[in-house]
Amino acid sequence: MQSIVSSHHLCLAPPSPVLRQRLLCHRIPSIRLPSHRSTTSLGLFTCAAVSRESEMAAAAKEDGQDLRIPKIASSIRVIPDFPKPGIMFQDITTLLLDTEAFKDTIDIFVERYKGKGISVVAGVEARGFIFGPPIALAIGAKFVPMRKPKKLPGKVISEEYSLEYGTDKIEMHVGAVEPGERAIIIDDLIATGGTLAAAIRLLERVGVKIVECACVIELPELKGREKLGEAPLFILVTSDAA
Amino acid sequence: MFAVENGLQGDPRLQAISDAIRVIPHFPKTGIMFQDITTLLLDPVAFKHVVDIFVDRYKHMNISLVAGVEARGFIFGPPIALAIGAKFIPLRKPGKLPGRVISEEYELEYGNDRLEMSVEAVKSHERALVIDDLVATGGTLSASINLLERAGAEVVECACVVGLPKFKGHCKLKGKPLYVLVEPSQLDEVTF
Repeated sequence: MQSIVSSHHLCLAPPSPVLRQRLLCHRIPSIRLPSHRSTTSLGLFTCAAVSRESEMAAAAKEDGQDLRIPKIASSIRVIPDFPKPGIMFQDITTLLLDTEAFKDTIDIFVERYKGKGISVVAGVEARGFIFGPPIALAIGAKFVPMRKPKKLPGKVISEEYSLEYGTDKIEMHVGAVEPGERAIIIDDLIATGGTLAAAIRLLERVGVKIVECACVIELPELKGREKLGEAPLFILVTSDAA
Repeated sequence: MFAVENGLQGDPRLQAISDAIRVIPHFPKTGIMFQDITTLLLDPVAFKHVVDIFVDRYKHMNISLVAGVEARGFIFGPPIALAIGAKFIPLRKPGKLPGRVISEEYELEYGNDRLEMSVEAVKSHERALVIDDLVATGGTLSASINLLERAGAEVVECACVVGLPKFKGHCKLKGKPLYVLVEPSQLDEVTF
């Protein structure tokens, strides 16, 4: 697969014969960066590949074979029947113990998002707090924690989402982000997509543009991608849910 | 020990860090002046200062393990671990970590809580750093030290962004040194 890469392109590989992908290219108007930076005018092209039936993480193969990906995948431990019977838990703590794999994970995200006018990295509690800040620091963006209820001390806005039984909420501080900012949302894994969808709604309610959701792992059988609306999803590794 | 007591007197980065921390009065309950580091995270320059100061201190101390306390320790620990080439180990609330864990109980003002660590994460004699955003009573950090020592690691130091003034000088927690960047910020009229 050839990739169309330039420093201002987020274009992914053109469709392979096996995967059906829809490529949407739209031009992002020039934006003003947040006040504490110098005002720069950026004209950006963003292409989002939306894969409806993915066997493999096509997104992660955008530059042909990225040899870092298999190493990252093999550093993730699968624990059966945790937290309950039938669930194959994707344990990223072993990735964090592999200094090279952890560094590679961050590097891949940073390479993708640097220089794209992204001023917000939102991370979902708690494992999104591990991957989000290193990315934010490397690309010069704010890190915004999205938390379970009652953890954030200041004034918050919250968004409810469905669980298997019942609902939960995530919260964000009022004033953490400004309308017009461009954001990525980070979590370690996307399963049903409920949490990420809630995070998207929370940010969009305050006028933030979601450039992409980024996770280390996707469980494609759970179809979380479908809950994300217009927001593209970038992942490194796919795995079976059960 | 505070950063100002150890070579960083007059370092403008410390003032920038302090200024970036927001004070929320009476959270989570009346009388507590909560040190909100989320505003620090919104200031990429100040956040980077925090990481740079810790990295400068620890990069030549042969540390192979950075343990971060859930959840705000997860924010500061990984950037440090990545920069110094160390592993990152999350210390978590009960029931979150899969696999074999050890747990340590510690006291809260009312009642107790528990912290867990993956037992396979640590090799004997590894040199470890413990990170959290703030130290008040030292209960959480002491539990963290216990977990790491029980697994055979040597805790070199505990590091926090904010610490109460009582941790000045050569104050130790369970015999381990403590390194703190700034004292708690005071309430001012600037809020958002």
